[in-house]
Amino acid sequence: MVDLRVNLAGIELDNPVIPASGTFGYGYEFAQLYDINCLGTFSFKGTTKEPRFGNPTPRIAECPAGMLNAVGLQNPGVDKVLSEELPKLKACFHKPVMANVSGFSVEEYAYTCAQLDKAEQVGWLEVNISCPNVHNGGMSFGVCAEAAAEVTKAVKAVTTKPVFMKLSPNVTDIAGIAKACQDAGADGISLINTLLGMRIDLKSRRPLLANGTGGFSGSAILPVALRMVYQVYEAVDIPVIGMGGVSSAEDVVEMMLAGATAVEVGAANLVDPFACKEIIDQLPQVMVKYGITNLKEIIGGAHHG
Amino acid sequence: MYLDGFFLRRPISVCDWDSRGLTIIYKVVGKGTAAMRAMQPGQELDVLSGLGNGFDVTKCGQRTVVIGGGAGVPPMYGLAKRLLAAGKAPSAVLGFNTESEIFYEDQFRKLGIETVVTTVDGSYGQKGFVTDALPETYDYFCACGPLPMLKAVYNASSTSGLLSFEERMGCGFGACMGCSCKTKYGSKRICKDGPVLEKGEIIW
Repeated sequence: MVDLRVNLAGIELDNPVIPASGTFGYGYEFAQLYDINCLGTFSFKGTTKEPRFGNPTPRIAECPAGMLNAVGLQNPGVDKVLSEELPKLKACFHKPVMANVSGFSVEEYAYTCAQLDKAEQVGWLEVNISCPNVHNGGMSFGVCAEAAAEVTKAVKAVTTKPVFMKLSPNVTDIAGIAKACQDAGADGISLINTLLGMRIDLKSRRPLLANGTGGFSGSAILPVALRMVYQVYEAVDIPVIGMGGVSSAEDVVEMMLAGATAVEVGAANLVDPFACKEIIDQLPQVMVKYGITNLKEIIGGAHHG
Repeated sequence: MYLDGFFLRRPISVCDWDSRGLTIIYKVVGKGTAAMRAMQPGQELDVLSGLGNGFDVTKCGQRTVVIGGGAGVPPMYGLAKRLLAAGKAPSAVLGFNTESEIFYEDQFRKLGIETVVTTVDGSYGQKGFVTDALPETYDYFCACGPLPMLKAVYNASSTSGLLSFEERMGCGFGACMGCSCKTKYGSKRICKDGPVLEKGEIIW
């Protein structure tokens, strides 16, 4: 028998697999496809204080081994998430959920987190200071250690739930920013958000995305994510959630060896809605293949010796 | 439809279906659809289907006109068949750029419904756009085609109707919010809440 359980900032997960924010909605639509209680947890759609429609379309552009998105944080706003989305989720998901939060000012982050802190279903807050797709959509906080620390402090002041700061890879010193978040009281670090990218249409000679730029995700970014998770694991003592290009059970193991306690799966859900279930189903045999009996024992394994 | 070597699936409309399978007709517009030409009889395909809402036959009138433009023609065939099966008497207007691009005219005629073909350059059928060939009397319309055609049909039509929209999509099943549009009743996802929208809810 193999043990897939991990402990994420005080809450035990049945397995480390977590659908990433923005690829799983508020969960209940995937529950029509399979029993989502097989997941470790999931991170729900990035939620802001006010409702947002997001960017104009086209919002999606395909790339070799990945995709660009410039959705722009479309969400119904925190009030409706609490009054409509979470009750719908409650009917089909019986585990603590990860609340993903975005904002445009420190006060807004604190407000939205304080609201979501009240929801019993919410186990963790994942604070996105790294959205590349909206002007000042958090990324300005995530590219500066002082600003990242300021948001962390403000959020920690309004919640007793574990706070994971979700970092942008579009920085020169990821470890420094992670350390600043830890020093400001963060309970964990999530990384990486998407890499800023662009595609250009040859016919119109204009960027393919209406927003011009977008966030690059998909299997192409796995090596970048592994490198950054590895660096952050060395820099901090708090748990790291690794993500970026994960699409198989082998990728999950690789991400954990780099230092991830849990692993988010993003773009793979958009290609195959059953991706996370299949990864969870495959994990035990991949563990056996590589001589792993207890998954938590491999966290950061690539750093030892 | 998943294709080896491409990250995202190809969103393709369904032309017709029965208990044995789906009929799809696609136009080669890029590398993905070009790769689809390599598909062989008997080959296994990875397909997510039953996505989106489709045309609601119960909303259609007795004398619904189905309007297809170019690659928007295929789904109107399955719709026309189902309108007939529901005891309605549809007619069809099929628009193309030029004679060499025309397909499925015979299949529509074999259904026994009045079918008008238009070409923009007048090389076949009636010269002009689908809006130049709408029947004198109809009580509902269903349209699928490029955005300028949909807008022209919206403006030219004298009844309510259903319009099927295209958008660049990520997932195709409502998760990524890549294909959202604004309607009079809030934002909708073309892939999941659409692609068919009612005339009365559309915001151009």
